[in-house]
Amino acid sequence: MNAKIHGIMAEYTTPADAMHAAEKVRDAGFRKWDVFTPFPVHGMDKAMGLKNSKVGWFSFIGGCTGYTTGMLMIWFLNAIDYKIMIGGKPMFSPFSAFPPSYELTILLGAFGAIGGMLFLNRLPRLHHPLLKNKRFALATHDRFFVVIETADPKFNEVETRKLLEAAGSKRIELVEE
Amino acid sequence: MASDATATALPTVPKELERIPLVSNNRSPGWISDRVAGICEGKTPAWWWAAFIPSLILAGVLLCMLAYQISTGVGVWGNHHPTAWAWDIINFVWWIGIGHAGTLISAILFLLRQKWRTGVNRAAEAMTIFAVMCAGIFPAIHVGRVWFDWFLFPIPNSNSIWPQFRSPLMWDVFAVSTYFTVSLLFWYVGLVPDLAVMRDRAKSKIRQFLYGLFSLGWTGSNRHWSNYEKAYLILAGLSTPLVLSVHSIVSLDFAVSQVPGWHTTIFPPYFVAGAIFSGFGMVLTLLVPLRRWCHLEDIITMRHIDVMCKVTLATGSIVGYAYIMELFISWYSGSPFERFAFLNRIKGPYAWGYWCMMGCNVILPQLFWSKKIRENLWIVFIISILVNIGMWFERFVIIVISLHRDFLPSNWAYYLPSPVDILTYLGTFGLFFTLFLLFMRFLPMIAISEVKGVTPHADPHTVEGGAKGGHH
Repeated sequence: MNAKIHGIMAEYTTPADAMHAAEKVRDAGFRKWDVFTPFPVHGMDKAMGLKNSKVGWFSFIGGCTGYTTGMLMIWFLNAIDYKIMIGGKPMFSPFSAFPPSYELTILLGAFGAIGGMLFLNRLPRLHHPLLKNKRFALATHDRFFVVIETADPKFNEVETRKLLEAAGSKRIELVEE
Repeated sequence: MASDATATALPTVPKELERIPLVSNNRSPGWISDRVAGICEGKTPAWWWAAFIPSLILAGVLLCMLAYQISTGVGVWGNHHPTAWAWDIINFVWWIGIGHAGTLISAILFLLRQKWRTGVNRAAEAMTIFAVMCAGIFPAIHVGRVWFDWFLFPIPNSNSIWPQFRSPLMWDVFAVSTYFTVSLLFWYVGLVPDLAVMRDRAKSKIRQFLYGLFSLGWTGSNRHWSNYEKAYLILAGLSTPLVLSVHSIVSLDFAVSQVPGWHTTIFPPYFVAGAIFSGFGMVLTLLVPLRRWCHLEDIITMRHIDVMCKVTLATGSIVGYAYIMELFISWYSGSPFERFAFLNRIKGPYAWGYWCMMGCNVILPQLFWSKKIRENLWIVFIISILVNIGMWFERFVIIVISLHRDFLPSNWAYYLPSPVDILTYLGTFGLFFTLFLLFMRFLPMIAISEVKGVTPHADPHTVEGGAKGGHH
């Protein structure tokens, strides 16, 4: 053992096998583990015991910021800092200020959704032990991987391997750090 | 024994109720990666060069025309008094309308759970982005002194003045720039998992590095997919009101004014329907040949072509209804100026433009009621081009015909475009096709992971997905 071990990686050929394996790993009480799939598998969040994603909150805050910014900006620019009288209309009206504020709501809401997603996923992260593994390249092709990290307090090389084998994996290997 | 369990656990669908699959020939996820990524790998096909070189030359023509126009002034165009808006604004509205189909496919059909969208959404979104780029050129240059374009944005400046936000033209600045930014981000977010596919297949160091860099270190982790899918759903939910607002605001550029023929409340929904109509025309123009040249018949199936023809028919009929309603209202309004504006369209000096629009947008798409016609790719291709010609004439009718005979007959004039107008417009096609061809050569033009996700292989509850019966 000269290189440090990141975790144990089990390969599955169908989404159903990976999902059953995930249910077993979840029920065994592991915490630092993950399933890697070429496409989102319907029902996998439940099989892994994941809660609803928090991305929505980031987007909500972004959207609120956008709308408030739009309204305050237009009020300050056209009614306070540089008054422009147009056809006897009020200096500030929420109706004419609505379209730009609406667009800013969407713009900052989208920034929030994408920024929140990247923040929650800790991306971009260009160096990852799994990305160095040759076999793991199939995770974007047509294979499904369950990886349990050595950092998990329940990790035990022999027992964990047995668990993943019992779930139907034909190919299990250790991944170097 | 295992087969018995399968037979009892999985419900069987009667033959006549079976749906046409989204991916033909029961292709596996691996096959989808290989076929789609294969377009970006290997030798560049001859047809690609044959399309790319003329496009690049046309893009060069655009550059020359822009340089000439910017250095000389807008006088090089055919615009005159009273036709102060002409091809510049026609082309702006036309291109931005084309973009709308991409967002409709990527966002609205996603919310409506129309799974067939996965086969066409990537290419349609790319079309949106490139179309909005072409559109953006026109308002930027039609101001004449392009070096003052930054006046449009609320940037503190030494004159201590600010833009005037009660003008729909200012709303347009916000709508179009938000539309471009959000479309680009939506497209990129969708690309991330597919860039990871390209990274993992890449043979050369440069490809590995670039695809690796832009895939942001995507691993396909389910914890990531969970946040990713939520973000994608929210982006779809935000893009839907966005796309409806963009062309509504574009229509307000006209409707808020008092020009007869422009000052109507029907404009926002009518513009949005027309935009989606022309956009689907462009999607069909692009994908009917590409599915053949790139051998994508199993992913962009005849069912995809069929539903897109039906969307074209539906939106074309809405547009036709709007045209007729406009005529009715101009008569019913009792306003002599409104009545004149519409009679001038029907039998004035530009009647040929009006009837060209009517023929291409209202009558021709009605052919799509016939299943035989929807299945004939040559006819579909030709109609899709005529739809776009018709939609160009719609904007010509609205802008030029309404302006060329305004309130004072002594003002009236006949508008003709200058060669610079025509070459600038043709040049934008060069830019559009150059960008589109580069896109399809270097980026996966089909959403690989999304298409995989709609095959039976991806569903853990089917035999292909590995279901063995039991508690599921």
